[in-house]
This record gives sequence, C-alpha cells and structure tokens, in this order.
Amino acid sequence: MIGDAANFTSAGRTHWGWIIAIFILLLLLPAVFDTNTPTLLGIWALFALSLGLMWGYAGILSFGHAAYFGLGAYTYAITSMNLGESTAAWIFAIVLPAFVAALIGAMMFYGRISDVYMGVITLVFSLILAKFMGATAGDAYSIGSARLGGFNGIPAFPILNVPGDPSTPIFGTALYYVVLCCLVVCYLVSRWVLSSAFGRVLLGIRENEARIELLGYNAPAYKTAIFSLSAAMAGMAGCLFASWAEIVTPALFGLGQSVEVIIWVIAGGLGTLMGPIIGAVLLGTMKLLLGGQTFIDNSLVIGAILVLVVLLLPKGLLPTLMGWRKQHGQRSVNRAHSNSMRRRGGERKQQHGAKEHDKTGRRS
Amino acid sequence: MWVETRTFQRVEMDYAAVVFLEIIYMIAFLALTSAGLAVVFGMMRVINLAHGEFVMIGGYTTIACAKAGVNVYFAMLVVSPLVVGILGLLVERLVVRQLYGRMIDTMLATWGLSLLMVGIVTFIFGNTAVSVPAPIPGYELGEFQMGGYNLFIIGIATLLILCMWLVMRFTRLGLVARGAMQSADVASSLGYDPKRVYMWTFTVGAALSGLAGGVLAPLTGLLPSSGGAYIAKAFITVITGGAAVITGTLSSSVIFGTINQVVSFGSTPVIGEIIMLAFAVVLLRLMPQGITGRFFRNAP
Amino acid sequence: MSEMIVETRDLSMRFGGVLAVNNVNFNLRERELRCLIGPNGAGKSTLFKCMTGLHQIHHSNGRVFIRGHDVTGWRPHEIVQLGVGIKTQVPSVMNGLTVWENLWLSARRIHGKKGASPEVDRVIAELGLQTHVRRMVGELGHGQRQIVEIGLVLCQRPKLVLLDEPAAGITGAEADRLVELIHGINQQAAVVVVDHDMNFVRMLGGTVTVLHQGAVLMEGATDAVMNNAKVREVYIGNRAK
Repeated sequence: MIGDAANFTSAGRTHWGWIIAIFILLLLLPAVFDTNTPTLLGIWALFALSLGLMWGYAGILSFGHAAYFGLGAYTYAITSMNLGESTAAWIFAIVLPAFVAALIGAMMFYGRISDVYMGVITLVFSLILAKFMGATAGDAYSIGSARLGGFNGIPAFPILNVPGDPSTPIFGTALYYVVLCCLVVCYLVSRWVLSSAFGRVLLGIRENEARIELLGYNAPAYKTAIFSLSAAMAGMAGCLFASWAEIVTPALFGLGQSVEVIIWVIAGGLGTLMGPIIGAVLLGTMKLLLGGQTFIDNSLVIGAILVLVVLLLPKGLLPTLMGWRKQHGQRSVNRAHSNSMRRRGGERKQQHGAKEHDKTGRRS
Repeated sequence: MWVETRTFQRVEMDYAAVVFLEIIYMIAFLALTSAGLAVVFGMMRVINLAHGEFVMIGGYTTIACAKAGVNVYFAMLVVSPLVVGILGLLVERLVVRQLYGRMIDTMLATWGLSLLMVGIVTFIFGNTAVSVPAPIPGYELGEFQMGGYNLFIIGIATLLILCMWLVMRFTRLGLVARGAMQSADVASSLGYDPKRVYMWTFTVGAALSGLAGGVLAPLTGLLPSSGGAYIAKAFITVITGGAAVITGTLSSSVIFGTINQVVSFGSTPVIGEIIMLAFAVVLLRLMPQGITGRFFRNAP
Repeated sequence: MSEMIVETRDLSMRFGGVLAVNNVNFNLRERELRCLIGPNGAGKSTLFKCMTGLHQIHHSNGRVFIRGHDVTGWRPHEIVQLGVGIKTQVPSVMNGLTVWENLWLSARRIHGKKGASPEVDRVIAELGLQTHVRRMVGELGHGQRQIVEIGLVLCQRPKLVLLDEPAAGITGAEADRLVELIHGINQQAAVVVVDHDMNFVRMLGGTVTVLHQGAVLMEGATDAVMNNAKVREVYIGNRAK
C-alpha cells in the first residue's frame, strides 16, 4: 500500500514538515493568545474540513452542509440537557448527523440526481430544518426536558465535561485543546481514508462516475458513505460549537452558514485538506474583525472575495501558493489535475457525451 | 333557522373565495418572483443566485422613486425594470460571461455577487426597513378583509405570463429565444450572435426580477436582506419546473402555491412552507429533470 | 459445450418516438469474435448500452442474459461484475488521474491489494503505455486515451469485451496493432466490435452482424455480408441521403 501511495499522486502530497510545524505552533498558542477566538476558529476549521473532504475528493457539493453542523449542535444541547452528562451527548451528536446524512445521501445518490438538483435538495433540507427550528417557540415544543425555543434557541445546557465526571466541565484552554485534538484526529482520519482503496475510488468517482460504475464499483454506496462521514465531522464541529457558545440557535442551520463554509473551502483550496482549514481560519478571523465595526458590512467583503476567487483564483489560495513554490524548482503541478478540481459538478457530465441534451434521438 | 343556514352558507362561500384567492395570489407571487430566474435558467442554463438581490434592488428603486415624488406605478413598472436591467447587463458582461458552461462556478460567483449587493445596499440605505404604502386599498369580501393590492399583483403576474407567451410564440424574438434554448448553434445559424442573445436574455431576466421587486415593494418593509426570502423559493420553483420557461414556472408555481396555501390554511404558514419544501424534494427525486423535463417537453 | 456469453431475446428499446432497438435476438458464444456494423442510428451503441446496463432493462424491453444471468433491472456495476468490459464510443476515462492510477482503480477491484500493481504493470507492458504511465490521461491524445480505456477493460480480465469504434481516428499502422491486440483479447474473451471502417472489419475476421433501424438485417461471414445486395443498399442508400 505504501508503494501504491507513491504511485497515486493525484490525491495530493502531504507536506508533513509544514503540518507538524503548524501543529507545534498551535500547541503553544495558548501561551501567547487568549484561547476564546482560536477555539471558534478551530471549530470552523473542522466544519470546513468536513466539506472539503467530500467536495474536493469525491466531487459532492452540498449547498446545505450547515444542516449537519446544526444537527450536531442541537443534538448535543438536547441530549446533554436531558442526561446531565456530556459523553453520550457527544457520541449522539456525531452519530445522528451521520445517520441522517446516510438516509438523505442514499435517496439522492441512488436516485442518480444530477449535481445541480443535489444542490437544491441539500439546500432545501437545511432550509426545512432552519424554518422548523425557528418555529418551535413555546413549551409545546420540547424533547424531554429541553425546550426547543424557536428563534431564540436553546441556552443553558451542560457543556462538555470530562468523560464520566459531570462535575468537571471543559472550557477555556482545555476546550481549545479538545478542539485542536478533534481537528487533528479528523485530519488524520481524512488522510487515511483518502490513501485507502475507498478513497482512491472516490477520486475516480469525482473524475468520471459513469466509468467507475463500468469498472464494477457501486458508486452511490461510496458517495453515501463519504457523505455520511462528512456529516459526522460536521456534527462533531457543531457539538464543539454548542459547548463553546453555550447556546444553539436556528441560525446554525441557516443559508448564511452553509454559504460561508463553501467560501472557506473554495478560497482556501478545493482538492486539499489543509486548504479548507486555512480558508476557515483566515476568513473566519476576517469575519470576526469586521464584526467589530459597522462601516464595512461583512457580506460585502466576503461576497467580493467569493466572486474574485471564482474568477481569478480558480484553485483557491493554498494550491496557488503551492504552485508558486513549485515553479521555483520543484515538480510542476499538473494542470489537468487542477482543472479536474474545477469541475464542480455540471461540467463533469460533458465527459460522458452529454446524452441528456441530445434531442435528435439518433444513436448508432 | 332557515336564515341562519343561509348566512352560514354565505360565510362558507366567502371563506372558499378567500382561500381560492389566496391560492391564486400565492401562485402569482411565485410566478412573478421566479420569472426572471426562469428566463435565465431556461435559456442559458445559468443559475443566477443574485436573483433575489435583483428583486430587492427593484424594490428599493421603486421606494426611492416614490419617496422622491415619482408616480409609484411608473416607478414599479418602468423605472425598476430599467435600473435592474442595466445592473443585469453589467453583471453579465463582467462576471457571468466568463463562466459559461461552468454551472456550479456560476452559482458560486452569483452568490458572491448577491452578498456583495446586500453589503452595498446596506452601506447606502442602512439596515432599517423602508416602505411605501400600497396604492390600492383593501376591500371586503363578505366577512373578510382582503388586500386589494393583491389583486393587482395577480393581474400583473397574469399579464406578464401572457406577454411572455405571446412573445415566445408569435415574434421573431421569441423564435430566436427558443432556438437559443436548444443550443447556441441554432441562434448562430439564424444569424444572431449567441453571445449577444445571452447578454440580452440575462438583461431581460434581470429586468423581470426588478419588475417583481418593484411590484412587491408596497407589501412589507424592505430590508437589504429581503432578497434572501425570494431566492430560495424562486430557485426551487424554477429548478423543479424544469427547462421550459413558461410552462415550467407556471406548473411548479401552481403546485407549490397550492400546497403552500392549502397546508397553511390547515395549520400554520411555517408548516405550509415546510411541506412545500419537502414536496419539492420529493418531486425532484421523482423527476430529476424537473416537471417539464418529463411532461410538456416541447412547450416554450 | 461453450457458454452463451450474451443472449438477447426480443430486445426492444424505445426513446420518445424512436425505436432504437427493434426486437433484436443477439447471441454470442464464449470467445467468439463478432463485428457489429450498420449505418448511423442503426442501434449499435444502444445495443451495447443494453448489454452493460447503461440502459436499464425492464420487462417490457425483452430479455438480456449475460453469462446465463437474467439482467433485467440490473445496474451497470452489477453487470460489469459478471465479467463485462466496455470501451465506449467517446473515450470514458478519468482525465484528472494518471494512466497508472486509472488502471490501478480497474485492477484493484478484481486483483485486490496485492495483485493490483503487478496487473497494472502487465497491462502497461501489453499495451505499450510505458512512456505515459505518469501522465495525466487528460493530456493524452484521443488515440492514446482509447488505448488507456482498453487497458481499463483488460485489467479486469473480462469474459465479454465490447469495443465501440476502437479504430476511430487511428492510422494504418496503428490499425494493424489494434487488430493484433483484439485477436489477443479474443483468446480469453468474447469480443464485439462496432466500427464503420470496412477494411478494419475485414481485417478482424469473425462473424458480422448488420443492424439497420434497430433490427438485425443480416448475420454471416464478412465477405458474404459485404457482398450482400441488401446490405449495400442500406449503406449506399443512406450515404446518398
């Protein structure tokens, strides 16, 4: 398998040197900075990683990925409020989104839905959740002892505690390290998945799903699996967010949240794992800085960034930077490789000879 | 007792009329707000996610004009479409044109534009709601108070659909448009530069969105974020409708409008919306090419 | 007693108003070589798609048996798992991956973790792809992408190989190599070749099936078919149009 890894270059090379360096810096960060904001950035980074994994390597773009972020958050809040202890809540917050995603994914992928329509369905699902949660004000809407709270959401639930010891909550610097640990674990899991045969097949699916099926692989099953894994990670991020924010609101399911994570991934670099993480950290920081003033609206800046990235920086920030490095004496990045990254959906269909639009009905 | 029964029947009939009108209104509302998006999607296979903001800007234009003393009908029927049409032209030339064939990229870029526009409008007009009073007063239908302006909206929507249909069927412009829908080559072979056809299509689509925004402006207070409310429903209506511009939009508007209102009447508006959304998912799952991908395939 | 690799019974496929395949009974024995010819629109590619499940077979369409299995309602990957490989008319390969990666994905499914690499190396040697191994398939020329696609098929050691216009756009010398290659494949698998190039078909030998407007017009040895008056009329008549 290691030999194969050397041969399989299209999954991207991991620059372990850089990654370990960054990791050490992150470990030492609390010595210099207050951990409150970095914790949030780490949570967002995990959320972005979950989308980047599925989108960059399997070609699955969800327009409503916030649905699973929100599900994780709400599941955690409701479960911990009912049980008083966080361990089961944590597990449930990861498993429930994964399960829901498996159902929705199966419905979409086995139904051979095209990419645009998949965008609609994923969008609609998150909208349904957002609207529903927004309308659950009043005592009638509660699960166990947790009132869903409508627009105001659910406050005052137990935050994460040391497993088995409900009297020791995890917050502040401890929470920062938990988030960092989760991010690292999920990153390593993603790396591992991508270097496995399963991951290679995903790359093939991204490139040409019809051909992969003609090689005997059950593509919908693979897509459902990665969709579910991605949702699990998003759910984990949501759960961590709930513990950090100490309140969960319907905005977590919202369109804004879904769009933001898409922008983080695409600006950071689709087709890499570190790209989404970096995109989330940089743009998240910018959002927080802009939030502190009212002169320039955050929408304006982030909108402009999205437009510019799509038009000018097709590969995203990280691959572009890596490309500049490579121009100075390292192996050149294959253009076809990055071009395939750009094929986010609609264009892929053209590869199998645009049958849908052939209206003449003539076949040979 | 005989008198009471008569009164009860009349109230029931009035209620039925109200429900009916509300359904028609919802259909008209969906059709009106989706028309611009449908034209662009049906003709160019471009999904313009800034459509909601086009509508919003149409609304702001009308309100600004009305406040400046311009006749409100003139503002909503002439000025708004003009202003937003020009905006659409700019967007097409600067952004959309670079991304033809890249559907998802177009969605992302236009989404960026929508955020940008919200930011700019917030910058100019601030974040408090602006509004203009409805020029047509309410009326009474038996025991019920009805919005008179809603009838105007229904009228405009009907007129719009009719005009679009007439243009598509009976004018050379419509012929070229239908040809371009099939493929760019058809437009070329008819002697028209496909790039220009697309440019004007996008402009017209934007103008329609502006018109919708202008017409809907008197309904509620307008905020820079109002566009968001329009885009989701319009997006779903258009995609579910399928590639045919008029028939698709009409059929999905009818389906969704009816479901939304009927369920709303049975329970709450939120449930109505949720059921409508869920139904959209089911429909798309069953008809992945949209309604007019399966039925009415060759309709305009 | 040789196994019947493909058997279709009264196979019909309709698209809108067009009957693309019309009551076709097509049989192919183990290690048989068949050429499928016919004018444009005759139904050749459609027939291939029916055999691989790209057009899913329903009861109303008739019956298709692959290696004895009734594949009504089967999805492509299930049919392929029976040992079927297809090179499509328009090269269907993974452009953003290298040649090696493409072949590895194919080989992996059959040969497992350990056997995949050796199999890839074997196929690369057989097809002469050594110089292109690390190149992105998207960068290769049309002819080479077709070869890669054939490689994808070969890695799975199928029992039925469907080649849709393998000779399209290749030179005379390459055609000779291709004929040799196909005969080599035919040692292990039944092969069906669709092509328009009559010289190529003649070089291949084997039985020829002529399709016209979705139905089987004639079946027989190459020369007999080529000289048949009806076949010539169908071709020349169509060309004159």
